[in-house]
Amino acid sequence: MKRLCLLAAAATLFAAPAFAQDSANTITIGFTDSQTGPLNVDSLGQQRGYEFWRDEVNAAGGIKVGGKSYQVKFVSYDDQSVGGRVQQLYTRLINEDHAQFLFSPYSSGLTAPAAVISEQYGKIMLDSGGAEEKPFELGNKYLFMVITSAGHYLSGAVEALKSKDPHAKIAMVYSDDPFSKAVLTAAKAQALAAGLDVVMDESYSPSTTDFGPIVNKIISSNADAFMGGGHYSDGATLARQMHDQKANMKWISILVAPADDKFGELGPSALGVTVPSQWEQQVNYKPQFGPTTAEFAKAFQDKFHAKADYHAASGYTCGVVLQHAIEQAGSIDPEKVTAALNATDITTFFGHVKFMTDPGHHGLQDAHKMVLAQWQNVDGKLGRQVVWPLEAKSSELLYPISASQ
Amino acid sequence: MLGILASIIDGVLVGLVYGLAAMGLTLIWGVMDVINLTHGAMIVAGMMALYLLVSALGISPYLTLPPVLVGGFFVGLALYWIAIHRMVGRPPLMSLLSTFAVNLILIGIGTAVWGTALFNVEVSLPGITIGRYTFPGAHILAAVLAAVIAGSLYVFLHYTRIGKALRAVANNREAAELVGIPTTRLLAIAVGVGVSLAGVSGMLIGTLFPYTILSGDGYQLKGFIVTVLGGFGNPVGALMGGVALGLLEGLVTPFVPVSWTLVIEFALFVLVLIAFPGGIFSSRRGAL
Repeated sequence: MKRLCLLAAAATLFAAPAFAQDSANTITIGFTDSQTGPLNVDSLGQQRGYEFWRDEVNAAGGIKVGGKSYQVKFVSYDDQSVGGRVQQLYTRLINEDHAQFLFSPYSSGLTAPAAVISEQYGKIMLDSGGAEEKPFELGNKYLFMVITSAGHYLSGAVEALKSKDPHAKIAMVYSDDPFSKAVLTAAKAQALAAGLDVVMDESYSPSTTDFGPIVNKIISSNADAFMGGGHYSDGATLARQMHDQKANMKWISILVAPADDKFGELGPSALGVTVPSQWEQQVNYKPQFGPTTAEFAKAFQDKFHAKADYHAASGYTCGVVLQHAIEQAGSIDPEKVTAALNATDITTFFGHVKFMTDPGHHGLQDAHKMVLAQWQNVDGKLGRQVVWPLEAKSSELLYPISASQ
Repeated sequence: MLGILASIIDGVLVGLVYGLAAMGLTLIWGVMDVINLTHGAMIVAGMMALYLLVSALGISPYLTLPPVLVGGFFVGLALYWIAIHRMVGRPPLMSLLSTFAVNLILIGIGTAVWGTALFNVEVSLPGITIGRYTFPGAHILAAVLAAVIAGSLYVFLHYTRIGKALRAVANNREAAELVGIPTTRLLAIAVGVGVSLAGVSGMLIGTLFPYTILSGDGYQLKGFIVTVLGGFGNPVGALMGGVALGLLEGLVTPFVPVSWTLVIEFALFVLVLIAFPGGIFSSRRGAL
């Protein structure tokens, strides 16, 4: 027993410095993901993006600061897609797990409460999951959004629709949640400014199961274009019911759901549906930092045996942007890294990234542009094609939808 | 005007399926005073069975009805012995918690296996078009099947030996035991039939809308409203309650912003609870 104790003491003596050395050369990043609950699918893409970046950075020797290399370590918890869990978990990440930097949870509804905690503790949080502008209008100093914000989600759709029909009548029907409301409120203003007619503007409860009466109301409104949806199953159900009930829309733009490959399961109901997308594999920016689109897409496919979607790409970009800022700052001191993030102006495979720095919008994305993707049948295979802006298109925009069927 | 009529017809069609979904819930309550909180999970199980059978065997979605009906019955028997048997006759909270726990386990396993990804089963049936409004064939057939299954349940409960015994147990379990009815076996059968109905309604809903592993919650919630409207423990009332709910959704939507639909539904729920504590279509709880 005595010998065993001696052995244990000796092991502790050797292990302790090794541990100290390990934590000194490690950057800990904390976040929550939605392993369970309704945000699971989109959150999984984002989480894979985070993890893929970590693995690649560590394999390449870590983040280089001065002459020193830091390995990246993650601490994460399942937030169960519940806003109430987020604040508790981010407090834990900071106080108990000693996370030095934070990544956002998925969705605007979860990012806003997480941002309250990150600001309270002065921790930098890179946001790739919440597009709502509101948390960025509160004077936060350490919150940075790498994706295009909600107000610009449907700008491309409005422009593209106007180019095809300057007198289109739009029905806007969307989920009653902060993100969808922010997107459609902005889209309505943009549509009206563009001279388009908004004939219906209504939100539905996120728990709506049958959209039959709503689709009948859309038909009664004499709309020929539809914009709306919300997050996942509601968007898919809307697309299916508009098709089944022969709503004969010439244009359909639905948020989030059609950006997932599983949307193709809808078959003919998916055809012609457009989706604002933060990133698609056809988009080809020349990165100043990090991998090219082709390198990212191939390596991701090889690792996960799944196609990278925009949630994965934006998650990865969070890591790339933080890495770039730390390396530029030459330090992991939060104030120095914040200053480097404020000065960030780079192009990655995800697009151009630059943050607003005025106090009323600090941390909002200022440079990244979204694309509009449309579900089309190309060579007998249903898939998303980039159709807007024209300089980024991989296929012609099909209008009206009946032209694609 | 035609739009309002279309919404009403649409509401009735979907309401029949809501009614079927609630029948299983109310049957189990009627026989043994147990609120089965695995109901939503069982509806999803029906949906997943539909998807797996159709994608594996390439058969018509409607051919999955018999296996779901039979399979659901045996799943219900298992559920009875695992989670309900020891709770019968004890405070309602016990069975509520035990079925809630099974529900969490089932949804947890489902999420681990399939995530919350989207599933969709293509159904191509010709619909009926009136003016600009179309009633999809799948909706019409689902409503007809729901009505037929509900009718069959009525016949089963009123004209078969087991059905009559079930009603006897619902009426007075002790008296049923005194006349030699094997009540435990019948309670298990009631759960079997209830789960089977949940599975079939899930299968029918799966032919109408895309779904995820979490879709059952919404239908379970609707099941409670329908049960209150139709009368606790009254399966036929549940069908009528379902139609009433569908009708309400169809009637309200054209006139008020759609975000108000749920508010009105639940306001009605509370009003019915106050005015008709036993439900609109029920004269006496436990009478089946």
